Amino acid sequence: MAKNKNSMPMGARPPKRKLDIGLLKRLLKMLFRAYPVLLPLSILCILFTGIVSTIPSIFLQRVTETVQQYQPTQDWVAASKIIIPQVAVLIVLYVFSITSITLESQLMAYITQGFLYKMRKTMFEKMQDLPIKYFDTHKHGDIMSYYTNDIDTLRQLVSQSMPTIIRASVIVISVLAIMLYYSIWLTILLLVGVVFMALVSKKIGGGSARFFIKLQRSVGGMEGYVQEMMNGQKVVKVFSHEEQSRKDFDKVNDELFQNAYRANAYANMLGPIIMNIGNVMYVIVAVVGGLLMAAKTPNLSFSGLALGVDIIVPFLNMTKQFTGNINQFSQQINSIVMALAGAGRVFELMDQAPEADEGYVTLVNATVDAEGNVHEADHHTGIWAWKHPHSADGSVTYTLLRGDVRMTEVDFGYEEGKTVLHDVSVFAEPGQKVAFVGATGAGKTTITNLINRFYDIADGKIRYDGININKIRKSDLRRSLGIVLQDTNLFTGTVMENIRYGNLDATDEECIRAAKLAGADDFITRLPGGYETELSNNGSNLSQGQRQLIAIARAAVADPPVMILDEATSSIDTRTEAIVQKGMDALMKGRTVFVIAHRLSTVRNSDVIMVLDHGRIIERGNHEKLIAEKGQYYQLYTGAFELE
Amino acid sequence: MIKRLAKCVREYKLPTILTLLFILGEAVIETLIPFITADLISNIKNGAEMSQIVKTGLLLVLMALLSLSFGGVAGFTCSKAAAGFSKNLRHDLFAKVQTYSFANIDKFSSSSLVTRMTTDVFNVQMSFMMLIRTAIRSPLLLIFSVVMAFVMGGKLAFTFIIVIPILGGGLLLVAKKAMPAFHAVFRKYDRLNESIEENVRAMRVVKGFSREEYEKEKFTAEAEKIRMDFTKAERIVALNTPLMQFCMYFNMVVILLVGSQIAINCGGDPFDVGQISAMLTYGTQILMSLMMLSMIFVMLTMSAESARRIYEVLCEESSLTNPENPLTEVVDGSVDFDAVSFKYAESAKRYSLSNIELHIPSGATVGIIGGTGSGKSSLVQLIPRLYDATEGSVRVGGHDVRSYDLDTLRGAVAMVLQKNLLFSGTIKENLRWGNESATDEELREACRLAQADEFVLSFPDGYDTKIEQGGTNVSGGQKQRLCIARALLKKPKILILDDSTSAVDTKTDALIREGFRSYIPDTTKIIIAQRIASVEKADIIIVMNNGTVDAVGNHEQLLATNEIYREVYEQQTNGGAQDGKE
Repeated sequence: MAKNKNSMPMGARPPKRKLDIGLLKRLLKMLFRAYPVLLPLSILCILFTGIVSTIPSIFLQRVTETVQQYQPTQDWVAASKIIIPQVAVLIVLYVFSITSITLESQLMAYITQGFLYKMRKTMFEKMQDLPIKYFDTHKHGDIMSYYTNDIDTLRQLVSQSMPTIIRASVIVISVLAIMLYYSIWLTILLLVGVVFMALVSKKIGGGSARFFIKLQRSVGGMEGYVQEMMNGQKVVKVFSHEEQSRKDFDKVNDELFQNAYRANAYANMLGPIIMNIGNVMYVIVAVVGGLLMAAKTPNLSFSGLALGVDIIVPFLNMTKQFTGNINQFSQQINSIVMALAGAGRVFELMDQAPEADEGYVTLVNATVDAEGNVHEADHHTGIWAWKHPHSADGSVTYTLLRGDVRMTEVDFGYEEGKTVLHDVSVFAEPGQKVAFVGATGAGKTTITNLINRFYDIADGKIRYDGININKIRKSDLRRSLGIVLQDTNLFTGTVMENIRYGNLDATDEECIRAAKLAGADDFITRLPGGYETELSNNGSNLSQGQRQLIAIARAAVADPPVMILDEATSSIDTRTEAIVQKGMDALMKGRTVFVIAHRLSTVRNSDVIMVLDHGRIIERGNHEKLIAEKGQYYQLYTGAFELE
Repeated sequence: MIKRLAKCVREYKLPTILTLLFILGEAVIETLIPFITADLISNIKNGAEMSQIVKTGLLLVLMALLSLSFGGVAGFTCSKAAAGFSKNLRHDLFAKVQTYSFANIDKFSSSSLVTRMTTDVFNVQMSFMMLIRTAIRSPLLLIFSVVMAFVMGGKLAFTFIIVIPILGGGLLLVAKKAMPAFHAVFRKYDRLNESIEENVRAMRVVKGFSREEYEKEKFTAEAEKIRMDFTKAERIVALNTPLMQFCMYFNMVVILLVGSQIAINCGGDPFDVGQISAMLTYGTQILMSLMMLSMIFVMLTMSAESARRIYEVLCEESSLTNPENPLTEVVDGSVDFDAVSFKYAESAKRYSLSNIELHIPSGATVGIIGGTGSGKSSLVQLIPRLYDATEGSVRVGGHDVRSYDLDTLRGAVAMVLQKNLLFSGTIKENLRWGNESATDEELREACRLAQADEFVLSFPDGYDTKIEQGGTNVSGGQKQRLCIARALLKKPKILILDDSTSAVDTKTDALIREGFRSYIPDTTKIIIAQRIASVEKADIIIVMNNGTVDAVGNHEQLLATNEIYREVYEQQTNGGAQDGKE
């Protein structure tokens, strides 16, 4: 009864009328594996209560028989001797049934939530291990809908559809058995009606599905339009364009209305139609039964009982129960198909290959003795070294972490056959500042994506402190690289927590020191809660420049020997940047730094500037040299060129 | 709140009322059917004439058909009414947002407005459908069934009097206990989803710092809490099922036992096996309607939150209103700030602008320079009355901006916003935002002035090139130039560029300013820029600092007297003055 408010019945995907048995099997397997005892137990309970719920028909027949028998004499006392024990048995069954349904419903609540938790957890953990490529190639909205819509359809499946189907099947089967026991003719009659019902619901269901697909499209259209307009609302105002956009919206809105009401009309009509076919069946069974009885037609049944009112009455009740449960069954089909589609998407995410990591070179604490030999230490020493085991002779060598990064003749493409970097060589010695300059799409960010192995190169070599980065364990490689990106992402939590993200072991003092270094301390202390100010919604209460400063502090607290600054100061105005510059210089001191910036003042004092064009380095050298060359850099610098 | 939302039913009152009527009809028939059926059964039992049985049977079939058509038609009218209702809701919401001022828009984030117009409206629509279909039907079925049960079963119907309060009270108790639990866990659940979204968005940061394990732990802890809370809430609700079963079985036992006694004692008249069977049917109907009622109750309270969020938007009154007897002509492009102070929100402690005194003659070129947060954008936004000054007054063409008709004022003041946008559609369509009836020649002329004509023509489809949502298929510099052209098409008296050429190279930037000087000399041009080069030739340069005017003068004067100006100038001329992009 509790529908998640995130679920949008209208926005639900149109059901594809096809059952994927493989998916169902996999899902059930997961479910049984998660609850190997509890799940079978609750299924047993369902079976038991299902069967018990059909039993009254038998008792009704007995009671009716007895009533008929004793009615002429109006002898209740005699009748009660038969009826009371019957009812007593019924009561006992009911007590068991109620107990078992209590157990079952409590268990199912527990199992459903536990299963959803497991699915969420597995999905999230798998997701953390996926390569960046997955996130670059999938829309974030789509990923989110796995967690909201698709998990929600699974909840429906486990908590409602599955028990309902089991219960309805067992009821249908046992009712069918009882009916056959009483009268084969009437049962056949009923089955004909059921076939008719199935045909009708298929027909209507098909019409409904057609409009649901259209509806889906117009929901998307409306959402897209609203999104664009809400984002551009200020532009609408500036151009006094309100009237026009209202008219445009009404068009989109009306189309949605047309499809919505048709799709829902079909769905709404199905219920009464099926129910009343059931009613008609009821009448037909009654009349035909009556006719057969009046005509004294010999009854064909497994019980051998003659067709009398004591059979027709319970039979009619069973007719209701039978058609009712068939209806239940058919109503669950849609939600099962939808749940399986959802499960399919969830499994797709779970089945993605995780980010591969064959690295075996690790980063360890180290000490250096008097002779300059490096030794591994079991405590924090402030000195780090690469531990490099050699499988050939079983020996281990240690190399001090220095921050020497060399790329040699690297080729790379995001897609097969589409190379975006050609023959790129970059040598950065410890403490050097290397800048990349070039138009959007020239490949600047791509280079940094390769150094930290968000993507793997197609050809060439990248070495870190002389070690091929493919041999370094990814988490250690990335720990030795600090990145600050143009799109700053902050997390919900306090400013302090956000800075500490760079180094979970950092003390408050260390975090504040990092903030001071980044030039962020000044504005943070002026925030209402200082370092304890809660940020939410990606720090929307801060300016873009302030967010960038926090991101810089976050990288600073990690204290890595190599830093990658990808447009890290693009949103800080030139005046503020001049103030921050001192901090930035302090931050960059002694580190190898890769800088990407549009603003040439930011890169001017770099040791070497690489000018990229269409994935190739076309000029390299320091500022003075490049200016003297009067090439592309010179043109950029003098403003003759547009960078975007 | 309900009243305001109900107003949105409007032209769909007829289908709404029809739905209610048909549902009423359906419910009446549905309760009559078991009654007639009881007759039929008694007929059969007593070996009545075949014609009698067939007659009753036909009557029942007729009733089933009637019920079917009532139900079918109700399903149709109901979905029409609900879809129409939600259409009107969306229409009202959208139209309301169109009347919003900038201050109103700031109050609701655009994403929250989108949610309100989509998810929230869908929720309310579903509840509305539920309401008109089931909320009438269930109580009616309940009442009819009870009445019929009494008519038919007499004393036996007292079993319902016992069971109804038990089930009703039980359901209510469960709903009352479960609701707060669900509300709490839904809030947590929303937060969990938000944090997943945050994680997905920040994946580069997560991986960059190798924080995968940390994120997993964080997530597991939160998800575990949610699992526990959800389980607790669901387990309360799960009590409904045994409760319902208990009542149903209780009914059955009583009816079988007492019913058969009555049937035997009265010798089959008026109470017989047919009536026993009918009583059982009524029993189920009564209990089912109670169950439905409790479901509706839960669903309504859950969508109440959505309804409230919609209502909030509908109730928000625009903070800017047109004056009575507004001026409909702007005489010239002069701009005056008389002792203007401004803050964005009533509650804000700090003024964003304080005590601004400025007088700009018509046709002047004005440059504004200053750091982020110095108040440049706030200052110019007061001119087309995107916000109202908190104190003092802003005059355009000699009159207070508040005395103009808003459309007139904004028609005369063209502003290119800092966060500018092109909309999906062709370039031509986008440009026509400036002037719907502009000829192709006028479009090209504006583009030539904004230095956009050349690159537009270089596209294969020229002016008919489709712009993607958000304008992602043109470069930043191109987008800015198109936005300038769009503003120029308004033929404004005052043109404001809020940092609008930051991604344009300096040569083109200079050409644009040159064009302004020679082709629209009478238009007042106000240019906010980061680059000194963009403003140094202006007639008047305003240096902003901390929400105040630090200095006013021309380039030479400021260079000689103003420290901030000199500082920025020196920094830019010595250190790569030509920034590619701000």
